[in-house]
Amino acid sequence: MHAATIDEELDGLDHLEDVSDARQASLGRRLWDALWPKMAAVGLVLGFWQFAVWREWKPRYLLASPGDVWARLVEDAGTAEMWEAIGTTMQRSLVGFAWALVIGASIGLVVTASRHVRSAIGSLVTGLQTMPSIAWFPLAILLLGLTESAINFVVVLGAAPSIANGVISGIDSSPPLLRRAGRSMGARRWALYRDFLVPAAMPSVVAGLKQGWAFAWRSLMAGELLVLIPGAQSIGSRLNFAREFSDSEGVLASMLVILVIGILMDSIVFSRLERRVLRRRGLGATAR
Amino acid sequence: MTVIDDRTSAPAGAVVAAADGGGAAPISLHGVSKRYGVGPASVLALDGVSLTVRQGEFLCLVGASGCGKSTLLSLVAGLDAPTVGTVSVNGRTAFMFQEAALLPWRSASQNVELALKLRGVPRRERREQARDLLALVRLADFADKAPHELSGGMRQRVAMARALAQDADILLMDEPFGALDAITRDVLHDEIERIAQERALTVLFVTHNVREASRLGDRVVLLSSRPGRVAAEFVVDAQRPRRIESAEIAAVAADITVRLREEVRRHARSDD
Repeated sequence: MHAATIDEELDGLDHLEDVSDARQASLGRRLWDALWPKMAAVGLVLGFWQFAVWREWKPRYLLASPGDVWARLVEDAGTAEMWEAIGTTMQRSLVGFAWALVIGASIGLVVTASRHVRSAIGSLVTGLQTMPSIAWFPLAILLLGLTESAINFVVVLGAAPSIANGVISGIDSSPPLLRRAGRSMGARRWALYRDFLVPAAMPSVVAGLKQGWAFAWRSLMAGELLVLIPGAQSIGSRLNFAREFSDSEGVLASMLVILVIGILMDSIVFSRLERRVLRRRGLGATAR
Repeated sequence: MTVIDDRTSAPAGAVVAAADGGGAAPISLHGVSKRYGVGPASVLALDGVSLTVRQGEFLCLVGASGCGKSTLLSLVAGLDAPTVGTVSVNGRTAFMFQEAALLPWRSASQNVELALKLRGVPRRERREQARDLLALVRLADFADKAPHELSGGMRQRVAMARALAQDADILLMDEPFGALDAITRDVLHDEIERIAQERALTVLFVTHNVREASRLGDRVVLLSSRPGRVAAEFVVDAQRPRRIESAEIAAVAADITVRLREEVRRHARSDD
Protein backbone atom coordinates (compact mmCIF):
# COMPACT_ATOMS: atom_id res chain seq x y z
CA MET A 1 0.00 0.00 0.00
CA HIS A 2 2.88 2.30 0.83
CA ALA A 3 4.59 1.67 -2.51
CA ALA A 4 1.34 2.51 -4.27
CA THR A 5 1.29 5.87 -2.49
CA ILE A 6 4.81 6.70 -3.65
CA ASP A 7 3.79 5.65 -7.13
CA GLU A 8 0.86 8.04 -7.16
CA GLU A 9 2.82 10.89 -5.68
CA LEU A 10 5.65 10.51 -8.17
CA ASP A 11 3.19 10.26 -11.02
CA GLY A 12 1.48 13.44 -9.87
CA LEU A 13 4.77 15.33 -9.57
CA ASP A 14 5.95 14.12 -12.97
CA HIS A 15 2.82 15.33 -14.67
CA LEU A 16 2.92 18.67 -12.91
CA GLU A 17 6.52 19.13 -13.94
CA ASP A 18 6.42 17.75 -17.46
CA VAL A 19 8.21 20.57 -19.26
CA SER A 20 8.35 19.05 -22.73
CA ASP A 21 6.57 21.08 -25.37
CA ALA A 22 4.96 19.82 -28.53
CA ARG A 23 4.24 23.15 -30.24
CA GLN A 24 5.29 23.08 -33.88
CA ALA A 25 4.20 25.54 -36.58
CA SER A 26 3.41 24.36 -40.12
CA LEU A 27 6.24 23.97 -42.63
CA GLY A 28 5.07 26.84 -44.85
CA ARG A 29 4.78 29.16 -41.89
CA ARG A 30 8.29 28.30 -40.65
CA LEU A 31 9.76 28.71 -44.15
CA TRP A 32 8.13 32.10 -44.53
CA ASP A 33 9.32 33.18 -41.04
CA ALA A 34 12.85 32.18 -41.97
CA LEU A 35 12.83 33.70 -45.44
CA TRP A 36 11.20 37.11 -45.30
CA PRO A 37 13.89 38.91 -43.24
CA LYS A 38 16.55 37.64 -45.66
CA MET A 39 14.53 38.66 -48.69
CA ALA A 40 13.94 42.11 -47.23
CA ALA A 41 17.68 42.58 -46.64
CA VAL A 42 18.55 41.48 -50.18
CA GLY A 43 15.90 43.81 -51.57
CA LEU A 44 17.37 46.72 -49.65
CA VAL A 45 20.88 46.08 -51.02
CA LEU A 46 19.59 45.71 -54.60
CA GLY A 47 17.67 48.94 -54.13
CA PHE A 48 20.79 50.89 -53.17
CA TRP A 49 22.73 49.34 -56.05
CA GLN A 50 20.07 50.20 -58.62
CA PHE A 51 19.83 53.70 -57.16
CA ALA A 52 23.60 54.24 -57.59
CA VAL A 53 23.35 53.04 -61.20
CA TRP A 54 20.42 55.36 -61.96
CA ARG A 55 22.22 58.34 -60.47
CA GLU A 56 25.21 57.44 -62.72
CA TRP A 57 27.57 57.59 -59.75
CA LYS A 58 30.03 55.75 -62.04
CA PRO A 59 29.86 55.20 -65.79
CA ARG A 60 27.72 52.22 -66.78
CA TYR A 61 30.71 50.20 -68.11
CA LEU A 62 32.37 50.36 -64.66
CA LEU A 63 29.30 49.68 -62.51
CA ALA A 64 26.83 47.40 -64.21
CA SER A 65 23.18 47.40 -63.15
CA PRO A 66 21.60 44.55 -61.16
CA GLY A 67 19.48 43.65 -64.20
CA ASP A 68 22.50 43.31 -66.50
CA VAL A 69 24.44 41.28 -63.94
CA TRP A 70 21.44 38.97 -63.49
CA ALA A 71 21.23 38.52 -67.26
CA ARG A 72 24.94 37.66 -67.34
CA LEU A 73 24.49 35.14 -64.52
CA VAL A 74 21.66 33.45 -66.35
CA GLU A 75 23.76 33.35 -69.53
CA ASP A 76 26.81 31.96 -67.65
CA ALA A 77 24.71 29.30 -65.99
CA GLY A 78 24.09 27.88 -69.45
CA THR A 79 27.80 27.42 -70.18
CA ALA A 80 29.99 24.44 -69.29
CA GLU A 81 32.91 26.71 -68.31
CA MET A 82 30.96 28.25 -65.47
CA TRP A 83 30.09 24.90 -63.93
CA GLU A 84 33.60 23.62 -64.46
CA ALA A 85 34.92 26.69 -62.61
CA ILE A 86 32.49 26.17 -59.75
CA GLY A 87 33.42 22.48 -59.67
CA THR A 88 37.15 23.23 -59.45
CA THR A 89 36.66 25.80 -56.73
CA MET A 90 34.33 23.59 -54.67
CA GLN A 91 36.68 20.66 -54.95
CA ARG A 92 39.60 22.77 -53.75
CA SER A 93 37.62 24.15 -50.84
CA LEU A 94 36.37 20.75 -49.72
CA VAL A 95 39.77 19.06 -49.99
CA GLY A 96 41.44 21.94 -48.16
CA PHE A 97 38.76 21.98 -45.48
CA ALA A 98 38.97 18.22 -44.99
CA TRP A 99 42.73 18.44 -44.43
CA ALA A 100 42.25 21.39 -42.09
CA LEU A 101 39.65 19.39 -40.16
CA VAL A 102 41.94 16.40 -39.67
CA ILE A 103 45.00 18.49 -38.80
CA GLY A 104 43.18 21.09 -36.70
CA ALA A 105 41.20 18.53 -34.68
CA SER A 106 44.31 16.42 -34.03
CA ILE A 107 46.29 19.41 -32.85
CA GLY A 108 43.39 20.51 -30.65
CA LEU A 109 43.09 17.10 -29.01
CA VAL A 110 46.81 16.75 -28.40
CA VAL A 111 47.02 20.24 -26.88
CA THR A 112 44.22 19.46 -24.39
CA ALA A 113 45.68 16.07 -23.53
CA SER A 114 49.22 17.18 -22.75
CA ARG A 115 50.36 20.03 -20.55
CA HIS A 116 53.73 20.15 -22.33
CA VAL A 117 52.30 20.32 -25.82
CA ARG A 118 49.97 23.04 -24.61
CA SER A 119 52.76 25.24 -23.29
CA ALA A 120 54.79 24.55 -26.42
CA ILE A 121 52.26 25.33 -29.14
CA GLY A 122 49.07 26.50 -27.44
CA SER A 123 49.68 30.21 -28.00
CA LEU A 124 51.19 29.55 -31.43
CA VAL A 125 47.83 28.15 -32.57
CA THR A 126 46.07 31.35 -31.50
CA GLY A 127 48.82 33.42 -33.12
CA LEU A 128 48.43 31.61 -36.42
CA GLN A 129 44.72 32.30 -36.31
CA THR A 130 45.31 36.05 -36.33
CA MET A 131 47.77 35.87 -39.22
CA PRO A 132 46.07 36.88 -42.50
CA SER A 133 46.39 33.82 -44.68
CA ILE A 134 47.07 35.89 -47.80
CA ALA A 135 50.43 36.74 -46.21
CA TRP A 136 51.40 33.09 -46.63
CA PHE A 137 51.07 33.16 -50.41
CA PRO A 138 54.45 34.65 -51.34
CA LEU A 139 56.16 31.90 -49.35
CA ALA A 140 53.81 29.21 -50.65
CA ILE A 141 54.46 30.27 -54.25
CA LEU A 142 58.24 30.31 -53.68
CA LEU A 143 58.19 26.86 -52.13
CA LEU A 144 55.55 25.13 -54.23
CA GLY A 145 55.23 27.24 -57.37
CA LEU A 146 51.98 28.19 -59.08
CA THR A 147 50.35 24.87 -58.23
CA GLU A 148 47.30 23.37 -56.58
CA SER A 149 49.54 22.48 -53.65
CA ALA A 150 50.32 26.14 -53.01
CA ILE A 151 46.60 26.94 -52.82
CA ASN A 152 45.86 23.91 -50.68
CA PHE A 153 48.72 24.74 -48.31
CA VAL A 154 47.34 28.20 -47.60
CA VAL A 155 43.73 27.05 -47.31
CA VAL A 156 44.76 24.50 -44.68
CA LEU A 157 46.87 27.06 -42.81
CA GLY A 158 43.93 29.45 -42.88
CA ALA A 159 41.35 27.04 -41.53
CA ALA A 160 43.19 24.61 -39.22
CA PRO A 161 43.94 27.05 -36.36
CA SER A 162 40.26 28.00 -36.00
CA ILE A 163 39.26 24.35 -35.86
CA ALA A 164 42.02 23.55 -33.35
CA ASN A 165 40.95 26.47 -31.19
CA GLY A 166 37.33 25.34 -31.27
CA VAL A 167 38.37 21.92 -29.99
CA ILE A 168 40.68 23.36 -27.33
CA SER A 169 38.23 25.88 -25.92
CA GLY A 170 35.40 23.34 -26.07
CA ILE A 171 37.26 20.76 -24.02
CA ASP A 172 38.73 23.35 -21.64
CA SER A 173 35.30 24.75 -20.87
CA SER A 174 33.50 21.43 -20.46
CA PRO A 175 31.88 21.30 -17.01
CA PRO A 176 34.23 19.81 -14.35
CA LEU A 177 31.23 17.94 -12.96
CA LEU A 178 30.97 15.86 -16.14
CA ARG A 179 34.63 14.98 -15.83
CA ARG A 180 34.06 13.91 -12.22
CA ALA A 181 30.96 11.96 -13.21
CA GLY A 182 32.93 10.22 -15.95
CA ARG A 183 35.75 9.30 -13.63
CA SER A 184 33.36 8.03 -10.96
CA MET A 185 31.76 5.84 -13.64
CA GLY A 186 35.14 4.33 -14.34
CA ALA A 187 35.92 6.16 -17.61
CA ARG A 188 39.67 6.44 -18.02
CA ARG A 189 41.56 8.55 -20.54
CA TRP A 190 40.16 7.23 -23.86
CA ALA A 191 36.61 6.66 -22.72
CA LEU A 192 36.64 10.00 -20.92
CA TYR A 193 37.47 11.76 -24.20
CA ARG A 194 35.17 9.68 -26.38
CA ASP A 195 32.06 9.65 -24.21
CA PHE A 196 32.36 12.80 -22.10
CA LEU A 197 34.82 15.51 -23.15
CA VAL A 198 34.52 15.51 -26.95
CA PRO A 199 30.71 15.40 -27.02
CA ALA A 200 30.64 18.11 -24.32
CA ALA A 201 32.92 20.22 -26.53
CA MET A 202 30.73 19.90 -29.62
CA PRO A 203 29.02 23.33 -29.52
CA SER A 204 32.42 25.01 -29.46
CA VAL A 205 33.85 22.58 -32.03
CA VAL A 206 31.03 23.38 -34.45
CA ALA A 207 31.62 27.12 -33.94
CA GLY A 208 35.28 26.44 -34.78
CA LEU A 209 34.31 24.50 -37.92
CA LYS A 210 32.08 27.34 -39.02
CA GLN A 211 34.83 29.87 -38.56
CA GLY A 212 37.33 27.50 -40.15
CA TRP A 213 35.12 27.22 -43.22
CA ALA A 214 34.91 31.01 -43.51
CA PHE A 215 38.72 31.26 -43.33
CA ALA A 216 39.18 28.43 -45.82
CA TRP A 217 36.81 30.09 -48.28
CA ARG A 218 38.55 33.47 -47.95
CA SER A 219 42.01 31.94 -48.31
CA LEU A 220 40.87 30.01 -51.34
CA MET A 221 39.54 33.13 -53.07
CA ALA A 222 42.79 34.98 -52.35
CA GLY A 223 44.66 31.97 -53.69
CA GLU A 224 42.64 31.77 -56.89
CA LEU A 225 43.27 35.43 -57.58
CA LEU A 226 47.02 35.15 -56.95
CA VAL A 227 47.91 31.63 -58.05
CA LEU A 228 46.72 31.44 -61.63
CA ILE A 229 47.26 27.95 -62.92
CA PRO A 230 47.20 27.84 -66.74
CA GLY A 231 44.25 25.88 -68.11
CA ALA A 232 42.44 25.57 -64.75
CA GLN A 233 39.19 27.56 -64.70
CA SER A 234 38.01 28.56 -61.26
CA ILE A 235 35.69 31.20 -59.84
CA GLY A 236 38.70 33.25 -58.72
CA SER A 237 40.38 33.06 -62.13
CA ARG A 238 37.14 34.13 -63.84
CA LEU A 239 36.95 37.11 -61.48
CA ASN A 240 40.52 38.00 -62.33
CA PHE A 241 40.00 37.74 -66.11
CA ALA A 242 36.84 39.81 -65.90
CA ARG A 243 38.78 42.57 -64.12
CA GLU A 244 41.56 42.49 -66.71
CA PHE A 245 39.00 43.01 -69.49
CA SER A 246 37.20 45.73 -67.49
CA ASP A 247 34.13 43.52 -67.66
CA SER A 248 32.02 44.96 -64.86
CA GLU A 249 29.17 42.49 -65.34
CA GLY A 250 31.62 39.59 -65.16
CA VAL A 251 33.28 40.91 -61.98
CA LEU A 252 29.98 41.42 -60.18
CA ALA A 253 28.57 38.12 -61.41
CA SER A 254 31.62 36.19 -60.11
CA MET A 255 31.43 38.04 -56.80
CA LEU A 256 27.78 37.07 -56.41
CA VAL A 257 28.65 33.43 -57.08
CA ILE A 258 31.33 33.58 -54.35
CA LEU A 259 28.92 35.20 -51.92
CA VAL A 260 26.08 32.78 -52.62
CA ILE A 261 28.26 29.68 -52.27
CA GLY A 262 29.63 31.00 -48.99
CA ILE A 263 26.14 31.64 -47.65
CA LEU A 264 24.78 28.31 -48.87
CA MET A 265 27.62 26.32 -47.28
CA ASP A 266 27.12 28.18 -44.03
CA SER A 267 23.36 27.76 -43.91
CA ILE A 268 23.05 24.27 -45.38
CA VAL A 269 25.97 22.67 -43.57
CA PHE A 270 27.30 24.62 -40.63
CA SER A 271 24.35 26.55 -39.24
CA ARG A 272 22.20 23.47 -39.51
CA LEU A 273 24.83 21.39 -37.72
CA GLU A 274 25.09 24.06 -35.06
CA ARG A 275 21.33 24.19 -34.51
CA ARG A 276 21.17 20.43 -34.22
CA VAL A 277 23.98 20.29 -31.68
CA LEU A 278 22.47 23.08 -29.60
CA ARG A 279 18.89 21.85 -29.78
CA ARG A 280 19.94 18.39 -28.66
CA ARG A 281 21.38 19.98 -25.55
CA GLY A 282 18.40 22.23 -24.95
CA LEU A 283 20.48 25.33 -25.75
CA GLY A 284 20.16 28.16 -28.22
CA ALA A 285 17.38 30.45 -29.36
CA THR A 286 15.63 27.75 -31.38
CA ALA A 287 15.34 25.36 -28.45
CA ARG A 288 11.91 26.54 -27.33
CA MET B 1 46.23 18.91 14.12
CA THR B 2 47.90 16.65 16.65
CA VAL B 3 46.90 13.57 14.76
CA ILE B 4 48.58 14.60 11.58
CA ASP B 5 51.71 15.76 13.46
CA ASP B 6 51.99 12.40 15.23
CA ARG B 7 51.76 10.59 11.97
CA THR B 8 54.00 12.54 9.67
CA SER B 9 56.36 9.59 9.62
CA ALA B 10 53.60 7.15 8.78
CA PRO B 11 53.41 5.88 5.21
CA ALA B 12 51.43 8.02 2.81
CA GLY B 13 47.71 7.43 2.83
CA ALA B 14 46.35 4.60 0.83
CA VAL B 15 43.08 3.56 -0.67
CA VAL B 16 42.72 -0.16 -0.32
CA ALA B 17 40.24 -1.92 -2.54
CA ALA B 18 39.82 -5.19 -0.73
CA ALA B 19 38.82 -8.36 -2.51
CA ASP B 20 35.25 -9.57 -2.34
CA GLY B 21 34.05 -11.67 0.53
CA GLY B 22 35.85 -12.25 3.78
CA GLY B 23 33.07 -10.40 5.61
CA ALA B 24 34.97 -7.10 5.52
CA ALA B 25 32.89 -3.94 6.00
CA PRO B 26 31.91 -2.26 2.72
CA ILE B 27 33.57 0.98 3.78
CA SER B 28 36.07 1.57 6.53
CA LEU B 29 38.28 4.54 7.26
CA HIS B 30 41.13 4.44 9.76
CA GLY B 31 42.71 7.65 11.01
CA VAL B 32 42.06 9.40 7.74
CA SER B 33 43.36 12.94 7.30
CA LYS B 34 43.28 15.01 4.18
CA ARG B 35 45.30 18.15 3.67
CA TYR B 36 44.95 20.27 0.56
CA GLY B 37 48.03 22.17 -0.57
CA VAL B 38 51.38 22.35 1.21
CA GLY B 39 53.01 24.71 3.68
CA PRO B 40 51.29 27.40 5.76
CA ALA B 41 48.60 28.01 3.11
CA SER B 42 47.44 24.39 3.21
CA VAL B 43 44.02 23.47 4.55
CA LEU B 44 43.31 20.48 6.74
CA ALA B 45 39.93 19.23 5.52
CA LEU B 46 39.70 16.00 7.49
CA ASP B 47 41.51 15.15 10.69
CA GLY B 48 41.86 11.60 12.00
CA VAL B 49 38.47 10.31 10.89
CA SER B 50 37.72 6.67 11.62
CA LEU B 51 34.43 5.29 10.43
CA THR B 52 32.97 1.95 9.45
CA VAL B 53 29.86 1.47 7.36
CA ARG B 54 28.28 -1.95 7.76
CA GLN B 55 26.83 -4.13 5.05
CA GLY B 56 23.40 -2.85 4.02
CA GLU B 57 23.63 0.15 6.33
CA PHE B 58 22.26 3.58 5.42
CA LEU B 59 24.73 5.99 6.99
CA CYS B 60 24.20 9.74 6.89
CA LEU B 61 26.98 12.26 7.40
CA VAL B 62 25.89 15.68 8.58
CA GLY B 63 27.80 18.78 9.48
CA ALA B 64 28.03 22.51 8.89
CA SER B 65 30.05 24.02 6.05
CA GLY B 66 33.70 23.08 5.94
CA CYS B 67 33.33 19.75 7.74
CA GLY B 68 34.89 17.88 4.83
CA LYS B 69 31.78 15.83 3.99
CA SER B 70 32.37 16.02 0.28
CA THR B 71 36.10 15.39 0.70
CA LEU B 72 35.30 12.23 2.59
CA LEU B 73 33.04 10.99 -0.20
CA SER B 74 35.68 11.72 -2.83
CA LEU B 75 38.18 9.65 -0.84
CA VAL B 76 35.78 6.71 -0.63
CA ALA B 77 34.98 7.00 -4.35
CA GLY B 78 38.69 6.90 -5.14
CA LEU B 79 38.53 10.30 -6.85
CA ASP B 80 41.15 11.51 -4.38
CA ALA B 81 43.72 9.96 -2.01
CA PRO B 82 44.02 10.56 1.76
CA THR B 83 47.11 12.38 3.06
CA VAL B 84 47.31 10.05 6.07
CA GLY B 85 45.42 6.91 7.06
CA THR B 86 43.68 4.20 5.08
CA VAL B 87 40.39 4.07 3.25
CA SER B 88 39.25 0.59 2.41
CA VAL B 89 36.33 -0.05 0.12
CA ASN B 90 34.96 -3.53 -0.28
CA GLY B 91 32.57 -3.54 -3.23
CA ARG B 92 31.59 -1.51 -6.27
CA THR B 93 30.78 2.14 -5.70
CA ALA B 94 28.56 4.52 -7.62
CA PHE B 95 28.46 8.25 -7.06
CA MET B 96 25.52 10.64 -7.06
CA PHE B 97 26.16 14.36 -7.03
CA GLN B 98 24.08 17.31 -5.91
CA GLU B 99 23.36 17.92 -9.58
CA ALA B 100 22.27 14.99 -11.67
CA ALA B 101 25.36 15.40 -13.91
CA LEU B 102 23.58 13.74 -16.80
CA LEU B 103 25.12 14.12 -20.25
CA PRO B 104 22.87 16.70 -21.91
CA TRP B 105 23.35 15.26 -25.42
CA ARG B 106 22.05 11.84 -24.38
CA SER B 107 18.47 10.85 -23.62
CA ALA B 108 17.57 9.46 -20.21
CA SER B 109 17.90 5.94 -21.53
CA GLN B 110 21.20 6.65 -23.31
CA ASN B 111 22.62 8.11 -20.10
CA VAL B 112 21.87 4.88 -18.29
CA GLU B 113 23.17 2.86 -21.24
CA LEU B 114 26.51 4.68 -21.07
CA ALA B 115 27.06 3.43 -17.53
CA LEU B 116 26.27 -0.09 -18.74
CA LYS B 117 28.69 0.33 -21.65
CA LEU B 118 31.52 1.48 -19.38
CA ARG B 119 30.84 -1.58 -17.25
CA GLY B 120 31.25 -3.79 -20.31
CA VAL B 121 27.64 -4.85 -20.86
CA PRO B 122 27.19 -5.97 -24.50
CA ARG B 123 25.43 -3.46 -26.75
CA ARG B 124 22.31 -5.52 -27.42
CA GLU B 125 21.56 -5.97 -23.72
CA ARG B 126 22.01 -2.34 -22.77
CA ARG B 127 18.74 -0.93 -24.03
CA GLU B 128 16.62 -3.46 -22.23
CA GLN B 129 18.56 -3.19 -18.98
CA ALA B 130 18.30 0.60 -19.14
CA ARG B 131 14.52 0.27 -19.59
CA ASP B 132 14.32 -1.94 -16.52
CA LEU B 133 16.35 0.47 -14.42
CA LEU B 134 14.29 3.45 -15.55
CA ALA B 135 11.16 1.46 -14.71
CA LEU B 136 12.61 0.90 -11.25
CA VAL B 137 12.76 4.68 -10.69
CA ARG B 138 9.34 4.89 -12.41
CA LEU B 139 10.56 6.77 -15.46
CA ALA B 140 9.91 4.16 -18.14
CA ASP B 141 7.69 6.61 -20.03
CA PHE B 142 10.43 9.22 -20.11
CA ALA B 143 13.23 7.02 -21.45
CA ASP B 144 13.63 8.96 -24.69
CA LYS B 145 13.44 12.44 -23.20
CA ALA B 146 16.51 14.64 -23.12
CA PRO B 147 17.68 15.80 -19.68
CA HIS B 148 16.56 19.37 -20.39
CA GLU B 149 13.03 18.09 -20.93
CA LEU B 150 12.94 16.57 -17.43
CA SER B 151 12.34 18.25 -14.10
CA GLY B 152 15.06 18.40 -11.44
CA GLY B 153 13.53 15.50 -9.52
CA MET B 154 13.28 13.34 -12.64
CA ARG B 155 16.88 14.08 -13.52
CA GLN B 156 17.97 12.90 -10.08
CA ARG B 157 15.99 9.70 -10.58
CA VAL B 158 17.72 9.13 -13.91
CA ALA B 159 21.01 9.70 -12.07
CA MET B 160 19.85 7.11 -9.56
CA ALA B 161 19.11 4.63 -12.35
CA ARG B 162 22.52 5.37 -13.82
CA ALA B 163 24.17 4.74 -10.46
CA LEU B 164 22.36 1.41 -10.22
CA ALA B 165 23.47 0.61 -13.78
CA GLN B 166 27.03 0.62 -12.50
CA ASP B 167 26.00 -2.51 -10.62
CA ALA B 168 27.19 -0.93 -7.42
CA ASP B 169 26.49 -2.34 -4.00
CA ILE B 170 27.71 0.88 -2.39
CA LEU B 171 25.98 4.14 -3.18
CA LEU B 172 27.81 7.38 -2.39
CA MET B 173 25.49 10.36 -2.36
CA ASP B 174 26.65 13.96 -2.07
CA GLU B 175 23.60 16.04 -1.11
CA PRO B 176 21.70 14.53 -4.03
CA PHE B 177 18.38 16.13 -3.11
CA GLY B 178 19.77 19.47 -1.94
CA ALA B 179 18.63 21.40 -4.99
CA LEU B 180 15.08 20.02 -5.10
CA ASP B 181 11.86 21.51 -3.79
CA ALA B 182 10.58 20.10 -0.48
CA ILE B 183 7.75 17.91 -1.78
CA THR B 184 9.87 16.31 -4.49
CA ARG B 185 12.57 15.68 -1.95
CA ASP B 186 10.14 13.95 0.42
CA VAL B 187 8.96 11.63 -2.33
CA LEU B 188 12.51 10.84 -3.39
CA HIS B 189 13.31 9.95 0.22
CA ASP B 190 10.60 7.30 0.03
CA GLU B 191 12.04 6.19 -3.28
CA ILE B 192 15.68 5.85 -2.22
CA GLU B 193 14.62 4.09 0.98
CA ARG B 194 12.62 1.55 -1.04
CA ILE B 195 15.40 0.94 -3.57
CA ALA B 196 18.14 0.70 -0.96
CA GLN B 197 16.10 -1.90 0.91
CA GLU B 198 15.12 -3.87 -2.18
CA ARG B 199 18.69 -4.08 -3.41
CA ALA B 200 20.35 -4.34 -0.01
CA LEU B 201 22.57 -1.37 -0.85
CA THR B 202 25.08 0.14 1.50
CA VAL B 203 24.59 3.89 1.36
CA LEU B 204 26.87 6.71 2.48
CA PHE B 205 24.74 9.82 2.26
CA VAL B 206 26.09 13.32 2.85
CA THR B 207 23.75 16.18 3.68
CA HIS B 208 23.56 19.39 5.67
CA ASN B 209 19.88 18.76 6.29
CA VAL B 210 19.47 17.17 9.73
CA ARG B 211 15.84 16.25 9.18
CA GLU B 212 16.77 14.45 5.97
CA ALA B 213 19.56 12.58 7.73
CA SER B 214 17.20 11.46 10.51
CA ARG B 215 14.57 10.43 7.97
CA LEU B 216 16.98 8.26 5.98
CA GLY B 217 19.82 7.06 8.20
CA ASP B 218 20.18 3.90 10.23
CA ARG B 219 22.96 5.90 11.78
CA VAL B 220 23.79 9.61 11.60
CA VAL B 221 27.38 10.73 12.06
CA LEU B 222 27.96 14.37 12.92
CA LEU B 223 31.20 15.90 11.70
CA SER B 224 32.76 18.97 13.24
CA SER B 225 34.05 21.71 10.98
CA ARG B 226 37.53 22.93 10.08
CA PRO B 227 38.99 20.40 10.30
CA GLY B 228 36.41 17.66 9.91
CA ARG B 229 36.35 15.20 12.83
CA VAL B 230 33.73 12.76 14.03
CA ALA B 231 31.91 14.77 16.71
CA ALA B 232 28.97 12.53 17.57
CA GLU B 233 27.04 9.52 16.41
CA PHE B 234 23.31 8.85 16.59
CA VAL B 235 21.54 5.55 16.00
CA VAL B 236 18.08 5.93 14.50
CA ASP B 237 16.04 2.80 15.12
CA ALA B 238 12.68 4.02 13.86
CA GLN B 239 10.73 1.46 11.82
CA ARG B 240 10.87 1.61 8.01
CA PRO B 241 9.22 2.78 5.86
CA ARG B 242 9.47 6.10 7.67
CA ARG B 243 7.75 9.41 7.18
CA ILE B 244 9.68 12.65 7.47
CA GLU B 245 6.72 14.29 9.26
CA SER B 246 6.57 11.66 12.02
CA ALA B 247 7.14 12.75 15.63
CA GLU B 248 9.81 10.10 16.06
CA ILE B 249 11.96 11.51 13.25
CA ALA B 250 11.37 15.05 14.47
CA ALA B 251 12.65 14.07 17.94
CA VAL B 252 15.85 12.54 16.52
CA ALA B 253 16.39 15.58 14.33
CA ALA B 254 15.97 17.87 17.35
CA ASP B 255 18.66 15.93 19.27
CA ILE B 256 21.10 16.16 16.39
CA THR B 257 20.36 19.84 15.84
CA VAL B 258 21.21 20.64 19.48
CA ARG B 259 24.56 18.93 19.05
CA LEU B 260 25.21 20.58 15.67
CA ARG B 261 24.51 24.02 17.12
CA GLU B 262 27.04 23.35 19.87
CA GLU B 263 29.60 22.64 17.16
CA VAL B 264 28.75 25.83 15.31
CA ARG B 265 28.95 27.93 18.52
CA ARG B 266 32.32 26.43 19.36
CA HIS B 267 33.56 28.01 16.14
CA ALA B 268 32.21 31.43 17.03
CA ARG B 269 34.30 31.42 20.21
CA SER B 270 37.50 30.15 18.66
CA ASP B 271 37.35 32.56 15.75
CA ASP B 272 36.78 35.76 17.77
